[in-house]
Amino acid sequence: MRIKCPVCGERPLEEYAYRGDAKVQRPRTHAPDQANAWHDYVYLRDNPKGRQKEHWRHSGGCGAWLVVDRDTYTHEIFSVRLTKAARRRAK
Amino acid sequence: MFSSLLHQVKKFQWPLNQLSLINPNAIVRCVRQDKCGDRRFMKYSALNLLRQAMGGHKDWPRAWRDPEPKDAYDVIIVGGGGHGLATAYYLAKNHGIRNVAVVEKGWLGGGNVGRNTTIVRSNYLLPEELPFYEWSLKLWEGLSQDLNFNVMFSQRGVLNLVHSDAEVDAAVRRGNAMIMHGADAEFLSRDECVKMVPGIDDKNSRFPVYGGLLQPRAGNARHDAVAWGYARGADGYGVDLLQNCEVTGITRDRQGRVVGIETTRGKIRANKVGLAAAGHSGHVAAMAGLRLPIESHKLQAFVTEGLKPLVDTVVTFGHGHFYLSQSDKGGLVFGASLDGYNSYAQRGNLPTVEATIEAAMHLMPSIGRVRLLRHWAGVMDMSMDGSPFICKTPIDGLYLNAGWCYGGFKATPASGWCFAHTIANDEPHAYNAHYTLDRFARGYAVDTKGVGAQPNLH
Amino acid sequence: MSAQAYRLERGGLVERSKPLHFTFDQLQYDGYAGDTLASALLANGVRLVGRSFKYHRPRGIFTAGNYEPNALVELRNGARREPNTQATMAELFDGLEATSQNRWPNLSLDLLSVNSKLSPLLSAGFYYKTFMWPRSFWTKVYEPFIRRAAGLGSAAGANDPDRYEKAYAHCDVLVVGSGPAGLMAAEAASGAGARVILCEEHPRIGGALLTERIEIDGRPGQDWALDARSRLQASGVRIMPRTAVVGWYDGNTFAAMERVADHLAEPPAHLPRQRLWRIAAKQVVIATGAQERPLVFPDNDRPGVMLASAARTYVNQYAVRPGRRAVIFGNNQSMETTAHDLARAGVDIAAIIDPKDVVSSDISHVVRGQGVAVVRGGRSISGVKPSGRGAKTIGCDLICVAGGWNPSVHLISQRGMKPVWDNEIQSFVPPVTSGPGFICVGASRGLYSTESCLEDGYQAGLAAAREAGFKDVETATRTFTASGPEQGRVEPLWRPESGAKGKCFVDMQNDVTDKDVSLAAREGYVSVEHLKRYTTLGMATDQGKTANVPGLGLLAGDLGKEIGEVGTTTFRPPYAPVSLGVIAGHSRGPTWRPVRRTAFHGWAEEQGAKFIEAGLWMRWHYFPRAGEGFAEATAREVNQVRNAAGFADVSTLGKIDIQGRDAVELINRVYTNSFTKLPIGRARYGLMLREDGIALDDGTVTRFDKDRFFITTTTGEAGHVMEHLEYCHQVLWPELDVQMVSASDAWAGLAIAGPKSRDVIAELVDGFDVSNEAFPFLSAAEITVCGGVPAKLFRISFSGELAYELCVPYGFGDAVVRTLAERGARHGLVPYGLEALGIMRIEKGHVAGSEITGWATAGDLGLGWMVPEKKPHNYIGRAMAAREGLIDPNREVLVGLKSLNPSEKVPAGSHLIADGALNSPEADHGHVTATTWSPTLNAYIALGVLKRGRERHGEILRAANPLQKYDVMVEVADPVFYDPENARVRD
Repeated sequence: MRIKCPVCGERPLEEYAYRGDAKVQRPRTHAPDQANAWHDYVYLRDNPKGRQKEHWRHSGGCGAWLVVDRDTYTHEIFSVRLTKAARRRAK
Repeated sequence: MFSSLLHQVKKFQWPLNQLSLINPNAIVRCVRQDKCGDRRFMKYSALNLLRQAMGGHKDWPRAWRDPEPKDAYDVIIVGGGGHGLATAYYLAKNHGIRNVAVVEKGWLGGGNVGRNTTIVRSNYLLPEELPFYEWSLKLWEGLSQDLNFNVMFSQRGVLNLVHSDAEVDAAVRRGNAMIMHGADAEFLSRDECVKMVPGIDDKNSRFPVYGGLLQPRAGNARHDAVAWGYARGADGYGVDLLQNCEVTGITRDRQGRVVGIETTRGKIRANKVGLAAAGHSGHVAAMAGLRLPIESHKLQAFVTEGLKPLVDTVVTFGHGHFYLSQSDKGGLVFGASLDGYNSYAQRGNLPTVEATIEAAMHLMPSIGRVRLLRHWAGVMDMSMDGSPFICKTPIDGLYLNAGWCYGGFKATPASGWCFAHTIANDEPHAYNAHYTLDRFARGYAVDTKGVGAQPNLH
Repeated sequence: MSAQAYRLERGGLVERSKPLHFTFDQLQYDGYAGDTLASALLANGVRLVGRSFKYHRPRGIFTAGNYEPNALVELRNGARREPNTQATMAELFDGLEATSQNRWPNLSLDLLSVNSKLSPLLSAGFYYKTFMWPRSFWTKVYEPFIRRAAGLGSAAGANDPDRYEKAYAHCDVLVVGSGPAGLMAAEAASGAGARVILCEEHPRIGGALLTERIEIDGRPGQDWALDARSRLQASGVRIMPRTAVVGWYDGNTFAAMERVADHLAEPPAHLPRQRLWRIAAKQVVIATGAQERPLVFPDNDRPGVMLASAARTYVNQYAVRPGRRAVIFGNNQSMETTAHDLARAGVDIAAIIDPKDVVSSDISHVVRGQGVAVVRGGRSISGVKPSGRGAKTIGCDLICVAGGWNPSVHLISQRGMKPVWDNEIQSFVPPVTSGPGFICVGASRGLYSTESCLEDGYQAGLAAAREAGFKDVETATRTFTASGPEQGRVEPLWRPESGAKGKCFVDMQNDVTDKDVSLAAREGYVSVEHLKRYTTLGMATDQGKTANVPGLGLLAGDLGKEIGEVGTTTFRPPYAPVSLGVIAGHSRGPTWRPVRRTAFHGWAEEQGAKFIEAGLWMRWHYFPRAGEGFAEATAREVNQVRNAAGFADVSTLGKIDIQGRDAVELINRVYTNSFTKLPIGRARYGLMLREDGIALDDGTVTRFDKDRFFITTTTGEAGHVMEHLEYCHQVLWPELDVQMVSASDAWAGLAIAGPKSRDVIAELVDGFDVSNEAFPFLSAAEITVCGGVPAKLFRISFSGELAYELCVPYGFGDAVVRTLAERGARHGLVPYGLEALGIMRIEKGHVAGSEITGWATAGDLGLGWMVPEKKPHNYIGRAMAAREGLIDPNREVLVGLKSLNPSEKVPAGSHLIADGALNSPEADHGHVTATTWSPTLNAYIALGVLKRGRERHGEILRAANPLQKYDVMVEVADPVFYDPENARVRD
């Protein structure tokens, strides 16, 4: 795969590090009643065969965290965008 | 070749008890086979091979039937790979549950059991995992005879090389854990490692060898034969193996209990459905509304052209996350790290190919002119702690066997054995008691590598 | 036999003015530049070249390309020996040495050919059915026997002396293959303005233009190819001969292997042997052509049986007669072309055996409606008998087989596209001829006439340029007048009638016969993948290039199905075998991974330091003085630090500069402890958890200003922590106004420790008050040292002594360390290495990598005090750290261990067993994580983790090490052996 970093341009795969599903949402509190939410956030994944938005980092380049919209079967990449903070930094 | 045979025979002390022409296990098997005798069953033996050879091999029966699906079974196993087939075999053999179907969307053994690097070992670290893998190794040791199918289990040893003081300490700890649990382990000095694998003696190496942890009883096996042997064995007990039968839905009643499945070959009823779908576990579990602590990742494997014997054991190179062995056909078989991102594609990426072969050349600089013949990838069910699940699920009647990461092949016998036990008794065996889905919620992850909930790092 | 008795006097592309000498099995032969080893052997009348894998059948040269299953040799010798080399691909060079494989004692008298007599026993999958009794025989007799028989050639026994390179290229259009279609595609795309790379596996450009008698617009094909090459060069196309595109990966990334110097005896000093190209192409034109397939008949593997297209290649390109008298056998009209080409070269055409009646009526010597019954001969052939009743043996020394064509669908197949069966041309073809990023042209998609290939290539070249972004390119057609071979009518002929005995080979290299295929079908191995795996059909070094389709044809016949219904297996990369050396490139030996050295490395080397690997870093291990061994040197270094002063290199610690209005908020959210009230100019120890509640890393957090922090991480986790912090900020909390940068490489760091360290530091600072009152424990300041060098000074301690850490810009590191060593000497200052540092941290009970393992909680590490209950933040790991399993009182926690016998070391990795208990999982309560001789305490001490360890101080345990057969009795103790009040760091 080749990923087009919005900051650096298209670069080969080995410049990027993978994190995983970008959809998961970190619970807002550590209250005990949130235990299930925490378990789901840390451990459960949809793991789709098909399109998924996921986090990658251009670790061998600008260091920006990216949201990559990618098909997990064809590996086609539909879009690559910076996270909000990375967008701000790029400006 | 013949001179070597004579040599081996001369070296070998004939064990008198082995010379008995009648193998008691074989008799038991024959009786058992006759009982389910609605079809021809021909025992695999040198004698039958000789008989058939004289007759042009015209009378070998099918290794397994190709039945039509029945309306209902006692148990349906989803996934005709090694674990699914083994589960069906042990359900029939150990628990007398023979009204079983294995549904497979493609061909039997077409998943990871047919595309792995065939290593069998129990050199684990944690008390949650050692009893399970050691039991698996014990089952391997009698598997060819049990299945009457030579799975070519070769106990040539697995040698884990270490390359720093810290790695030595970790290897000593693991070796001691293995011995505590009744497994075999030896620590080899650098010189002993080099003697065992001559090609690794490179003074110019970036990370020289400090020593190695050897498990002599470990080794490798013929992967397809394991799937076929379990398939033939299960079929012999009357299990229906349904190929080209893809699951499209899991049927549940009003109480939420599982009552059957929908497939491309029609609806099939069963009150117990066991999932053994490896990399596609998440996909199948989603049909029952179940999310899993699993990501699907691809792992590559590599084989070179066939060579005359070069490496006599399985060697792992921890620093490079790389291992190699030599197949009986002579090809060097390599494995390495995951490609690193979620994927259902059975094809690898080029950077990982390069990284793997770089590690190979670092470990054995003499193989530079050997050629890579093929590389391919399998879809791994990577769990959040690197350990599997053999357990009941929150859904009544649905059982899960998944999360094998890249350790599934060696686990095949014990996985089937324990999954069958869990399905038959509705509770786990002690061997798989830790492999539950709720271990994360409770905080009892079985995380050998200690990297946390990040599947691509396990 | 006279030299090169089979060489034609004229024609071909060999250079008769450049004779070359070579040996095969120690015998001397001659050939010409432009030959392959195969063509040169044929020119010399050598027919027997190899032995097959299982039956050791004699084998000759079967093809003229990369799909050769039989003529495999060991090329070169010594450290350069290359096993399993296809003689058909090895370019001849002067002095080439080749040796036959898989035979004993020699090629013509191979005793193992007795296996052939045993073949009824060695049927497909026979080993699954036997070798099981008696059980112990498997490991002792059967398995060694099977493994001894493995493989064909032998790997070199010494390290590969040659160099390899990797290179990268980018283009608009990559054209794979330089036959008529590929050349026109490259020309059209280049003409449209595209940057074009043309890869050709063979040394010459032209593909079928070189091997067939073709005329284009009145020019002979071989000349036309030269013209085309010149035109392409002039237009800027990058032409890469000897470069096989072997893999097609995601993102239109291609792997190509260039054989830079394989045609030379040895690579010259300035050249690698081979080069691996990674080519990123916007568009690819697949013009890989097609390969002929054989027919399955008795003894179809004898030396002298050859693909018809190969025979044409030998006469047309190499000017070699592959035999004197030929019989041609096939299922399509290309037999006529073969007859013409061979006859023109002076080969007698004894007969054309035409079972399907496809040959024109005006051709003579045609035996219609019959198959081949008997091939006479063993190590060479003397004749062939057609199958018809009363047919007579036809004398011949060459049988040319024309079984139809297989378009090269390998690259398409690698992408997961399943080839489909085209009944008209009896071939598997790509399921689509174009798609995102690719177009298939010419014979690779089943077009066989030269004219259609040229036209197809031209249009594809334009289309590829357009798709690559040259939008103005208009569709155009170009027509050519060309003549050349045609497949013509082709008829299925999977199992020719013969009525004769003899093995009919499907996969020649792996000795898979038609009977093996039938046996597999009978036993239910009917999926194509089962067939392949059960019989090993298609698993040889040619990946079944010749064998797969005939095998599928046979299986379809046995099952009563159409070949298209049976399907095909997936071709995997690489398209042709690739040496491991070239894939690794320079990444081997000492250059496998980079070596990281700190700013002080040069100085330490001068001091005679011993270094030790720590990840990629080379760290100071210890500094031996004359007469000192490892133990003496490290003990002296520890004693010196404890009693005077020492300094160590801590540059490898991760350092991150964090600034911004919300910097403290970010820090509070990633560490367990609170930093809200950390004063400016103060440092604090901090602990990070992972989100699952397990300890991630520890380090110091220093506040240099209200909104400006400087944190350190451990060496091992430096990169990981940076990534983690970036994730936290960019993904989790983008609303925080904070910026961070890794400063690890910008600052070189030294730890200066010991009771005299204040005096030493005072020698360096530029008028800065380092008294205990002005600069107490856990102070930090940005100052200058050594007369103006910017520096960060911290009063923190890992050794347990009064200590400082000093960071200076990397470029000043060398000067500062020299100044420090010189000015410190009068205070007894010595350098100390990682070993002394490790000893002192164990004495002090500080945790490190062997304890922060990824399993341990803060509580396990004795760091529970760093997790305040009252902190308001929902920091990383807080929620999950509260889970039952993470606060289980039975967890293994950090303890100190003292050897009961002061002269016995406690080996790390020993398990902790209750006194009196036997080794067992139940009695196993923990293990030793780190161990040392303590020069300070004069005892062997260790750290470990132990179930309920905090309650068990004083208990006697056995540190069991059955692996190394060495047990030691230990007493459980507090992990802080030295100065538990921590008074010395505050002095």
